[in-house]
Amino acid sequence: MTSLCRIILLSIVLAGLAPSSARAVQPDEVLPDTKLEARARAISGGLRCLVCQNESIDDSKAELARDLRLLVRERLKLGESDEQVRAFLVKRYGNFILLKPPLNLETAFLWGMPALMLAAGGIALLFGLRRLQSTPAAPLSQAERDRLAALLDTDTLL
Amino acid sequence: MIVETGHYALALALAVALLQSVLPLWGTRSGDSGLASIAVPAAITQFLLLGYAFAALTYAHVVSDFSLLTVAENSLTTKPLVYKIAGVWGNHEGSMLLWVLILATFGAAVAILGRGMTKELRADTLAVQGWISLAFLCFILFTSDPFVRRFPAPFEGQDLNPLLQDPGLAIHPPLLYLGYVGSSIVFSFAVAALISGRLDAAWARYVRPWILIAWIFLTLGIAMGSYWAYYTLGWGGFWFWDPVENASLMPWLAGTALVHSAAVMEKREALKIWTLFLAILTFSLSLLGTFLVRSGVLTSVHSFASDPARGVFILVILTVFIGGSLSLYAWRAPSLSQRGLFAPVSRESALAVNNLLLTTCCATVLTGTLYPLALEALTGDKISVGAPFFNLTLGPLVALIVLLIPLGQSLAWKRGDLLGAAQRVTVAALGGLVVALVLVAIIRGGPVLAPVGLGLALYLIVGSFADVASRIWARGQPARVMLARAVGLPRSAWGAAIVHAGLGVTLMGLAATGWGVERIATVKLGQGIDLGPYQATIENLRSRQGPNYSEVLAHTVISRGGAAVATVEPAKRSFPARQTAVTEAGIVTLGFDQIYISLGDQHPDGSIDARMFWKPLVTAIWIGAVIMAFGGIVSLSDRRLRIGFARRAARVRPAATPAAPQPAE
Repeated sequence: MTSLCRIILLSIVLAGLAPSSARAVQPDEVLPDTKLEARARAISGGLRCLVCQNESIDDSKAELARDLRLLVRERLKLGESDEQVRAFLVKRYGNFILLKPPLNLETAFLWGMPALMLAAGGIALLFGLRRLQSTPAAPLSQAERDRLAALLDTDTLL
Repeated sequence: MIVETGHYALALALAVALLQSVLPLWGTRSGDSGLASIAVPAAITQFLLLGYAFAALTYAHVVSDFSLLTVAENSLTTKPLVYKIAGVWGNHEGSMLLWVLILATFGAAVAILGRGMTKELRADTLAVQGWISLAFLCFILFTSDPFVRRFPAPFEGQDLNPLLQDPGLAIHPPLLYLGYVGSSIVFSFAVAALISGRLDAAWARYVRPWILIAWIFLTLGIAMGSYWAYYTLGWGGFWFWDPVENASLMPWLAGTALVHSAAVMEKREALKIWTLFLAILTFSLSLLGTFLVRSGVLTSVHSFASDPARGVFILVILTVFIGGSLSLYAWRAPSLSQRGLFAPVSRESALAVNNLLLTTCCATVLTGTLYPLALEALTGDKISVGAPFFNLTLGPLVALIVLLIPLGQSLAWKRGDLLGAAQRVTVAALGGLVVALVLVAIIRGGPVLAPVGLGLALYLIVGSFADVASRIWARGQPARVMLARAVGLPRSAWGAAIVHAGLGVTLMGLAATGWGVERIATVKLGQGIDLGPYQATIENLRSRQGPNYSEVLAHTVISRGGAAVATVEPAKRSFPARQTAVTEAGIVTLGFDQIYISLGDQHPDGSIDARMFWKPLVTAIWIGAVIMAFGGIVSLSDRRLRIGFARRAARVRPAATPAAPQPAE
């Protein structure tokens, strides 16, 4: 139901917040300076729309997202670096606004998860392989031996 | 009246599910084969009853019976017939009914097609399937009854959500559910094996077609959902790392790992216990997905309905099934014997590494999806985990998987030759490298990842066929012989090559997004907008009346080098019954590229806001998925894997070797 739910959610946003068909990034927001605009897009792609579900402000149609997009562009026009713009927004809204969570004590497990899993799984795999190497092949049971003998007697195989 | 009989059939199905979940197990435990054999008719009866209930609900939607609450809330007399039918599952109650109907379909399919299985395994499997059915039928009847009446009936319905009035609704949910729920049958097989303690290569052979079927549907369902989001949402995105999307990706990753480990188990009787674990994991993740979507725990305004009672109910189901099956696993798995020797460098090892990487991907998605929830519960701090996190963590993992696929495929079973395998994929590696370098040289200053991704994709596409090629190709042999060899190769080898190449095609589409062009502008009529090699001109705007909406269309001409190559009419639709507007993006496919135009606000001076994209090779993303599904089907058609094959083999065997022992356990 992936997109279905997303669509429903969007329609709620659409119906509730923007009766006109307001959209993500509108022409009047775009900065004339293409370099600055590209930076603004990159920054806003990593910022969460606070009233939506898991949407960046770059994708969102909500009013608040538009305000934040304009804010990002304002700060960039003032000559701030990307980092400064983000820091400003984090100060105002907390880490919640960053779609890429910062690495700190709280998120260490989150970021370390893939490496941890690979290491643990890799070690388990190596040990499993070593154990396999050291176990001798199981001897044939009587039934299997009989069957083998029968097969060897017949030449249907060849 | 028809509606009432449908409701009755639903209640009756619950009773049958109760029988199906208890009696067969009792029979197999007590050695009463008569009791055990009840499983088959019970599964078929349940399927018929649920099929009837579903048909009754569909009937109510088609004739617009607004005395039914779900119909009144989601339908409209003037709604086109196809959406009246698709609207049956376009809401919470109906979609849950579809869920159990598909569950029962798989149950009935095993009952009918599983004649070659041992009676005991079939009875146990169907009983476990009965438990799942029982749980979800209770959920439907007690919290989400689709047959609730409403008096007095309203004169007109509230119409279906406009964004759902799309062919996508007719196809996407059923496909996805076939994938989700298809994994239930694999789960049932696994639990049945744990209960009986019998787990052998024959088990893997019975269960593998079902794993593949579920995987094929899930692949298509995810791809379809992604394309639907792409063309309806209007900003050209196709994957958002949304929790609900992750919920479908996780079972896909686990299911992909399962397809591979089951192959090892079937061929070599190794990785047995791990395969069981994956089977349980895949369905658990499907259940988790259902829970996440249905309960609204991740997002308060998400999903069709976020009734806390429903959330709690599904959470209980989730806990019982996942907790129960994992406990059973922990208790019984150690008693199952591991077999199958293989060297560290072998196909088996390669597949084990594949499983390690895929489960790591799966765990990463799971952690990323649930971490904010857990952190908030524990510390009260709110963080977001979005696309940048997933791209950064999964990107390298996927790259590693892609690099290893052709190598692993070229290794022999039991004991492989790494050097030889590396030699066999050299051509592919060189090809990919050359392409990447050439692209970097041509498009200097573009995104770095795009040429690298494309190089990897080509390496994978060519490399996927390295194994097949080396088995066909022989110096000095006439083409006739090689052709005969190609035909003689097992279909599963071809299937694997095709699936992996399909992944490469998808990767190609993803890599090429880096070269796309986007324009956001207020466009005057007749003004040309440059989009890469193309130019888009909106020539005029006109209005049109649809059955249950009105729309404004922008007639747009796409030209290349001054010559018109296509026209397209993006639109804005407004639906009066729901007072909502949606944009219908205009999409033109040119070769593998697409031009994508979506409209915004109109201005008094006649100009209109528009967002236009040139998306090079974007269709490759979904074409790749379709190729993957096709490869799965080719694999499914392999003689060894045909569902009925085990039956025929079993019939022949007693004559050939009278004392054929059961595979020892």
